[in-house]
Amino acid sequence: MAFEDQRTTVYKVNPEHPESETLPTLRTEELLLNMGPQHPSTHGVLKVILELEGERLVKSTPVMGYLHRGVEKLAEDGTYHQFIPHTDRLDYVCAMYNNFAYCRAVEKLLNLQVPERAEYLRTIVAEVQRIIGHQFWLSAQALDIGAMTVFFYCFRDREILLDWFDELCGARLTTSWYRIGGVERDLTPSLIDKLKQFLDYFLPKIDEYQVFLEKNRIWLGRTKGVAVISAEDAVSFGLSGPVLRGSGVDYDLRKYEPYSAYPKCEFSVPVGKNGDTYDRYWIRVMELYESVKIIRQCLEQMQEGPVMADVPSVTLPPKERVFTNLEAMIQQFKLFSQGFDAPPGEVYCGTEAHKGELGFYIVSTGGGKPYRLKIRAPSFIHMGAFDHMARGYMISDACTIFGTYDIVMGECDR
Amino acid sequence: MHLLLQRIQQTFTVGVTGLAEWRGDAAVTVTRDKVHEVAQFLRNDPGMDFDYIVHVSSVDWPDDEERFEVVWEVYSIRKRHRIRLKTRVPESDCVVDSLTDLWKGADFMEREVFDMMGIRFRNHPDLRRILMPDDYTEGYPLRKDFPLRGKGWRDTFDFLDEVPR
Repeated sequence: MAFEDQRTTVYKVNPEHPESETLPTLRTEELLLNMGPQHPSTHGVLKVILELEGERLVKSTPVMGYLHRGVEKLAEDGTYHQFIPHTDRLDYVCAMYNNFAYCRAVEKLLNLQVPERAEYLRTIVAEVQRIIGHQFWLSAQALDIGAMTVFFYCFRDREILLDWFDELCGARLTTSWYRIGGVERDLTPSLIDKLKQFLDYFLPKIDEYQVFLEKNRIWLGRTKGVAVISAEDAVSFGLSGPVLRGSGVDYDLRKYEPYSAYPKCEFSVPVGKNGDTYDRYWIRVMELYESVKIIRQCLEQMQEGPVMADVPSVTLPPKERVFTNLEAMIQQFKLFSQGFDAPPGEVYCGTEAHKGELGFYIVSTGGGKPYRLKIRAPSFIHMGAFDHMARGYMISDACTIFGTYDIVMGECDR
Repeated sequence: MHLLLQRIQQTFTVGVTGLAEWRGDAAVTVTRDKVHEVAQFLRNDPGMDFDYIVHVSSVDWPDDEERFEVVWEVYSIRKRHRIRLKTRVPESDCVVDSLTDLWKGADFMEREVFDMMGIRFRNHPDLRRILMPDDYTEGYPLRKDFPLRGKGWRDTFDFLDEVPR
């Protein structure tokens, strides 16, 4: 051979087997492929640089931050109440649970007791949000790997719940219904009826979703044994929620550190065995049944009572009184313009959102604004395990792995 | 006092500068050179058994001599308890030992702390910016001296302070 040009030579003679001169061997090299940021299955804007050997993933490097809005910095500039709408925009699929996690952290900082009815309402709405989150996951994950039908069925039922949110607080996605010390307003009888109707309607629908997927050979082939992570690794990476439970680790803050009305409800925590995508799917479907169970128990046990703690220095007055009573109006105005005086100290409070442990670490130096607020976002931490979980699988499995975490980039990048 | 804190106090006679318990959260403050040793104890001691990393965070105290505070929060899945490990880092020498060898999840979390607060982690396998762009040179956004509206090219914008009516 006269010369070797790396750019043009595709075929080379294998020196060890000169007799195969007529059958040249293929020159191989690793290929770098950018997946995203405009890839539909990355659930937002996420780029992953894939190092490929043939179609196998050798190494993958997530590149994040396309949706970084500096929420933690913004938190330092506003009062505690003003931050509640910002939490909606973290995980915009499940805004209620973000509100819940944040309010719980502030209540821990203030050592504030929430009235019992408010605790039940919070649990009900949080579980409704969990159903929405899991429906969204089920549909989007199946859609990512090509099973389109279940997407329409999930979204049809999700729509009913979003309309229910609309009636509850006037917004479908960015809800801001939770308040520090309670909730914004009580459920009306019509809402309770609608929810009960939905639960009766919804139970057989869960079986329907399962039929679409579990009878689908292609979907089974693409989820069983894909993205396996051992229990030990999952714990070490700090994974949480269904991703951790899929590996057989029984870790659920609703049971471990019971909060709100969860200790008064009977429910079980499904735990997987193999740590693959299918097990994580199974856990989420089982959690749909558990959520229905929890909501039913809460609706049954709930007693009449106030929905907001009565601590005038911290909690907002009822809306009717704001418009008719001078003191209440001053209280509302002062709380929103100056905020309340939080004690100096630091707390961490984790809440089991449907994606995993959503935690808020708040450092206060007194005064109306948090000195530092750190969000422990499950999506961000799950992305840390991406390289480990993707190694050795095919390119097409990368979509399955994005899907299996249930990532939302608004929360991941903050 | 919290049993975990008592145990740490007995084990480490030097290096532990503060033990605190507030609202049920136990926190231990150690000097910078002891971080890895204490973390190893928390991870490997059968009585501690902290196998799960919750978050890594940092706080900026511009008026203090040792300006930055690095916070690791760990949890034990088997024992079901949690503790917060804190240390102080001066601005002139912003380096602290990385705990990625003990908890794999610390990798991304420490990268975020580096990105946002500019604290470097010794022995970290891949310490790069994670949320801000790689070529971002305008500083570390979560430091208290970084303005809320941002820095750099947007300083040249003609912002309106108030909407004219």
